[in-house]
Amino acid sequence: MLAYLVKRVFQAIAVMFAISLVSFAIQDNLGDPLRELVGQSVSEEVRQELRDELGLNDSFVVQYLRFAGNALQGDLGTSYFFKEPALDVILKKLPATLELVLGATVIIIGLSVPLGVYTAIKPNTILSRLIMGVSIVGISVPVFLTAILMIFLFSVELRMFPSYGRGDVVHLFGYWSTNFLTWDGWLHILLPSVALASIMLPLFVRLIRAEMMETLQSEYVKYARAKGIRPRRIYFVHALKNTLLPVITVGGVQIGTMVAYTILTETVFQWPGMGFMFLEAVNRVDTPLIVAYLIVVGFIFVVTNTIVDLIYGLVNPTVNLARMGA
Amino acid sequence: MKFFGHLTSVCAISLSLVAAAGAEPLRVAYDADPVSLDPHEQLSGGTLQLSHMVFDPLVRWTQDLQFEARLAESWEQIDPTTTRFHLRDGVKFHSGNVMTAKDVDWTFDRLKESPDFKGIFNLFTDVKVIDDTTFDLITSEPYPLVLHTATYIFPMDSAFYTGQTADGKDKAELVKHGDSFASRNVSGTGPFIVSEREQGVKMVFDRFADYWDTASPGNVDQIILTPIKEDPTRVAALLSGDVDFIAPVPPTDLQRIADDAGTELITMSGTRIITFQMNQDRVEAFKDARVRQAIDYAVNNAGIVDRIMRGFGTVGAQASPAGYLGHNADLTPRFDVEKAKALMAEAGYADGFSITMMAPNNRYVNDDKIAQAVASMLSKINITVDLQTMPKAQYWPKFDERAADMMMIGWHSDTEDSANFHQFLSHCPNADTGDGQYNSGNYCNPEADKLMAMANAETDVAKRTEMLQKIETILYDEAAFIPLHWQDLAWGARKGVHGERIVNALNFPYFGDLVVD
Repeated sequence: MLAYLVKRVFQAIAVMFAISLVSFAIQDNLGDPLRELVGQSVSEEVRQELRDELGLNDSFVVQYLRFAGNALQGDLGTSYFFKEPALDVILKKLPATLELVLGATVIIIGLSVPLGVYTAIKPNTILSRLIMGVSIVGISVPVFLTAILMIFLFSVELRMFPSYGRGDVVHLFGYWSTNFLTWDGWLHILLPSVALASIMLPLFVRLIRAEMMETLQSEYVKYARAKGIRPRRIYFVHALKNTLLPVITVGGVQIGTMVAYTILTETVFQWPGMGFMFLEAVNRVDTPLIVAYLIVVGFIFVVTNTIVDLIYGLVNPTVNLARMGA
Repeated sequence: MKFFGHLTSVCAISLSLVAAAGAEPLRVAYDADPVSLDPHEQLSGGTLQLSHMVFDPLVRWTQDLQFEARLAESWEQIDPTTTRFHLRDGVKFHSGNVMTAKDVDWTFDRLKESPDFKGIFNLFTDVKVIDDTTFDLITSEPYPLVLHTATYIFPMDSAFYTGQTADGKDKAELVKHGDSFASRNVSGTGPFIVSEREQGVKMVFDRFADYWDTASPGNVDQIILTPIKEDPTRVAALLSGDVDFIAPVPPTDLQRIADDAGTELITMSGTRIITFQMNQDRVEAFKDARVRQAIDYAVNNAGIVDRIMRGFGTVGAQASPAGYLGHNADLTPRFDVEKAKALMAEAGYADGFSITMMAPNNRYVNDDKIAQAVASMLSKINITVDLQTMPKAQYWPKFDERAADMMMIGWHSDTEDSANFHQFLSHCPNADTGDGQYNSGNYCNPEADKLMAMANAETDVAKRTEMLQKIETILYDEAAFIPLHWQDLAWGARKGVHGERIVNALNFPYFGDLVVD
C-alpha cells in the first residue's frame, strides 16, 4: 500500500513536469499577451519595453528554467489579468468548481443507479424504452446547448431559477464559500449541476444497465433465485455490487473529464469557477494562468485516479494494489 | 397659493417615489469587468466606463458630441498654446480631501508616464497651477484638440495616492502588470465609490454622499456590476429580471429585447469603423487605384449591414462617422458589380487573381461572417480569396506581421477626432513616429499626410473641417481602404430604467445621472 502510494507520487510529479513542458512549449502559439495588456494606439517601442520587463524576449530554455525554478518553490507565476499568484487565483476559484462537480456527481449517482437497475430488470417496459431514448438525446446534445435551453426554459419563460452566477454564498473557511447553506445558493447551483450531469448521466445509466444485465445471467444469480432469495436482495445486494466494479473505474476517469466539461458549463452560467477562468485566460492570453491551470488539472487527474484505485481495492478484495501500481 | 400647495405635494410624492426606487440596487451586466481600478493602467473602453463612475473628467462629451463642463467650470484660451481652466469650488474626493488644481497637475504628470495614455498627451507639455481652482494647460504648439484631450483628465486624489504602502511600495506607482496600490484602491470625485470588488465576479458601487453635482437627476444609490461573458446568458439574465441593464446586446437578440414587454432596447450609431486594407507591398495589383476601386464597388456594404448585421450598423463610405469634423456627407457607399468588372478589365485584371485574407473571429460584431461575405463578393470579380479567421489573441500578431494580402481592422478614434483615423490607418507607415502603425495596406499619399499635419496645428474649426474632409475625399477617390460600416451600440434595460438618457456614442454610460422610476 505504502509502496504503491510512493510510486503514485512519483508518477504525479512526472505527469506535472510533462504538462508544464508541453504547456510552456505551446504558449507562443496562444497569441501575444501584450495585446491584451495595452491599448490599441500604444507604439511598438513601448510594447517591446514591456516585453523585456516581462521576460518574454528571453529564449525558451531561459524562460522555462526560470519558471521551473520558481515552480519548485511553489510559485507558478503571476497572472497578468488578476495580478496575483496564478496558484492563488486557481485555489480561489477551485471551491466553486468542486461544488458544481459535487452537485453533478450527486445527481448522476442518485439517478443512474435506480434507472440503470430498473432498465436492466424490466428492459421491455415503455418506461425503460423512454429512459433509453432520452439518454441517447442526452449523450448527443452538447452541454452548452443543454445549458442555454435550460436557461431559456427555466429562467426566462418559467422564472423558476436564476440565470447566472452563484447567488448568496456562505463563507466557510479560507477560500471556500459554499452554495449549500442558503436557499438562494441551492437555486443557483441546480441548473448548472443538471447541465453538467446531463452529459455523464446517460453514459452511466447505460453502463450500469449493460453490466447489470450481464450479471443477471450469471450462475450465482440463478442459484440465488433458485434458493428463493427475495428479488430485491438479489438485485441490489448480490448483483449490484459486482456491477459496480467497472462503473467505478469508468467513474474515476469521468470525474476528471467532468472537470474539463465545467469549462463549458461555467462559461454559459457565468459560474465563477476555474473552468470559466481558464477559458477567459485563453482569450486574454494570460499564459502564467493557463500553464498553472493545466498543471493543477493534471494533478487532479492523478489524485482522482489514485483514489479510484484505492476504492477498487476496497470493493474487490482480490485486487492487489501493490501489483497494480507496477 | 393653492397652486403652490399642489406643487409642493406633487414634489413630495415624487420625492418619496424617488427614494423608494433608489433603495433597490441597480444590477448591471457587461461582457467584462474593468481590468484595474487604476484609471491610467489601460486605455480601453472598460477603463473609461469605470472612470466615468468613480471619477469625473474636466469636461465630457454630450449625446450630440458637444463638450459639457464637469470639474472644469469654464475655460478660455489665453494664448495659442495655453488654455486656462477654472475648476469647480469645493469638490470633494471620496477620501474627504478637497480637489484642487494641484491634483490636476499631479494627475497630468502621471498620465504622461502611462504607456497607454502618453500618446494622447504627446503635445501637452505642462500644467501650470495658478491658484487652487485655476490652472493653465500648455501645449508645445497650437493644438485644436485641447478640449478633446481634457475629456481624458480625470483628476486623482494626489494626497490619497502619495506615500508608501505597508510593504514599502510607492502608492502612486503605475504598473501595467502585477500588483500596485492604485490598481486595488481608488479615490476619485465621481458619483460612485467602489465598496466591494471581486475581479471577474462582481463589483459593488455605492453613491458618494458628498458628490458635488447636486443638480444631477441621478437617483441610483447602489450599482452591482457583474460580468456575464456569454451573450445568450446576458440576454437571459435581463429577460428573466435577474439584471436591470446590459451591454452589449448581440444582434441576434435585438428584436427579442425590443419586443419583450418588460425590457427596452436602446441603440445608437457608434463610432467604430470596420474596414479591410489591401496590402500593396504583397500584391502588385493593389498598387493600381482602379483595382482598389473595383474591390470597393464589388463589396456590398449595405447588404452586409442588412443581412449579417441585421441592421445593426451604419453603412459607411469613409472612416469618420457623422458628427466628426472630417465626416463628408457627399461620400456615398459604392456598389456596382458591373462597374467593378469594368474597372478590373481596364486595369488589365479581367481574369482576376488570387489573394489571402485574414480576419479575427471574436473581436468585432460578426467579424468572421463579414469576412466570409466579402470573400464571396470578391469572387464575382474573379478575385479568389483564401480566407483565414482566428481569435483576436492570435490575429494581432499576424496583423503586426502583415501576414495576409487583405486584413480586417476596426478603429475607434481615441481623440474622437477624424485625424486619428488617418494617423493610424492610412498615413504613410513610419516606424519612427509610429504613424500608420495599423496601415497594413501600406497605402501612402504624402498629400493626405500633409493635410493631416496642417489640420493638427489648425485651431480654426472651419479651416480644419475643410482639411479633414479633404483627407476623407482623397482616401475615398483613391479607395485607400474598403470601409464597411460603423458598428452600432446597443444596451438593454428593464422598463423604468431610463438608460436612453445616459448613453452616448462613445459607450460611456453616465450612471451618475441615471434615473430609475
